[in-house]
Amino acid sequence: MPKTYAELLRAARGRIREVSAAETDALRQRGNVAVIDVREASEWDQGHVPGATHVSKSYLEQQIEAAVPDRTTPVILYCAGGIRSLFAGETLAEMGYSDVASMAGGFQAWKSNGLDWTTPPKLTETQKQRYSRHLLIPEVGTEGQSSLLGSKTLLIGAGGLGSPAALYLAAAGVGTIGIIDFDVVDLSNLQRQVIHTSDRVGEKKVESARKTLTALNPDVTVVAHEEMLVAENVDRIIAGYDVILDGTDTFETRYILNDAAVAAGIPVVHASVFRFEGQLTTFVPYEGPCYRCLYPTPPPPELAPGCSVAGVLGVVPGIMGLLQANEVLKVLLGIGETLAGRLLLFDALETEFTELKLRRDPKCPVCSDEAKAAREAGHPLPAQQFTDGVFTLNANPAAPTPLTATPLGGAR
Amino acid sequence: MSTVKFPAVLRANVGGAREVEADGDTIGEVIDGLVSTYPALKDQLLTAEGELNRFVNVYLNGQDVRYLDGRATAVDDRDEVRLLPAMAGG
Repeated sequence: MPKTYAELLRAARGRIREVSAAETDALRQRGNVAVIDVREASEWDQGHVPGATHVSKSYLEQQIEAAVPDRTTPVILYCAGGIRSLFAGETLAEMGYSDVASMAGGFQAWKSNGLDWTTPPKLTETQKQRYSRHLLIPEVGTEGQSSLLGSKTLLIGAGGLGSPAALYLAAAGVGTIGIIDFDVVDLSNLQRQVIHTSDRVGEKKVESARKTLTALNPDVTVVAHEEMLVAENVDRIIAGYDVILDGTDTFETRYILNDAAVAAGIPVVHASVFRFEGQLTTFVPYEGPCYRCLYPTPPPPELAPGCSVAGVLGVVPGIMGLLQANEVLKVLLGIGETLAGRLLLFDALETEFTELKLRRDPKCPVCSDEAKAAREAGHPLPAQQFTDGVFTLNANPAAPTPLTATPLGGAR
Repeated sequence: MSTVKFPAVLRANVGGAREVEADGDTIGEVIDGLVSTYPALKDQLLTAEGELNRFVNVYLNGQDVRYLDGRATAVDDRDEVRLLPAMAGG
């Protein structure tokens, strides 16, 4: 028996409970309720209930299970005037959602009650196309993509690790990519440093990287720091970045970076490589260990040769660099589990990944509770530093038992 | 017998082996046994005083022995010991 619109609406009203805008607001603020906006994207873009999730009525059946996986979660649906949300409620009831309500009067009633509302971040039409595969993922979406576009990542080195990471971070729309590197492109770099090209041999790496990244994605601003990272400039250079990708190849730089990043509270995604092997972890200040907890002192040079001495299979820094980029994106989006407290080893010959557990050193001179308190009181604990290439507690060269350090230099 | 796994940078000191079987009921005994079989490992692993170097981490079944019982950490048959120095390359 065919039904009229009026009959369908009456039937829906009979089955789906209605709640007022004020009641919705109270429930929303208490949490434990999923507020779903079932309007079209163009209406959502004009403004919506804070904290609401947008699932357009035309995609309701397809997308609601991802948005509200637990069918016992209380759901309040709303549209512009309170009609579409009633029909949407019938669909959810039919799908087994046990506590579904519709907001009477819709978003118009919400606004006329003077309740708080927000407008979603906006992407241009070009950006919607460029990042469409990200926008389809609920964990990223328009909000995540907008936060990526507003985020800042610093790469230490545009070498074997930094090159692949930079390409993918730029492609992903990380809005500001800082690169610190004082080196120039060498022919021997091109076997793995895929951001550079043959016709740029002799060019500054930061300039070569800028050309590649802005050609790949004009949304990206590349900030070139053409200098060597040293204790005197590290605080200035890292200030304002959300996350740092460590692709350096010297221990001196690693300890300087570690100490400054812990003090500034900036996560560092670390990787290093040797021939067919790589190590990777994410140092999140005070949540997990720092580089000094993992390696309190650097090894002597013969035990830790760089790529220019030992060689490296080109794909190894490629793989490790992309795993670093993955960590960076998770930190920026606030999703998933980072490698904080875990060291991931990669062996390319065996195609084997191994995970080791890392801990904060309760006596760490940089990230322990005691070290943090001392730093905040203006008297940082003494920690071994490189002085003239020697890792020692004291700037005085006659200090006790210094360890010889690796020679300094950029990625070659 | 536990299995000791070596990263590439240490393999030249143990005749190129990726891993070796080792005797010893504690980490200390395993290390001492390795050093006596492969004297070239000594400078890499131990300080002049015979303590583990701080730049080489020793993991027993994925856990850093510094946070277990150090040299006294008990090692069972079929346990996996990993020696791991910091890597430089970037």
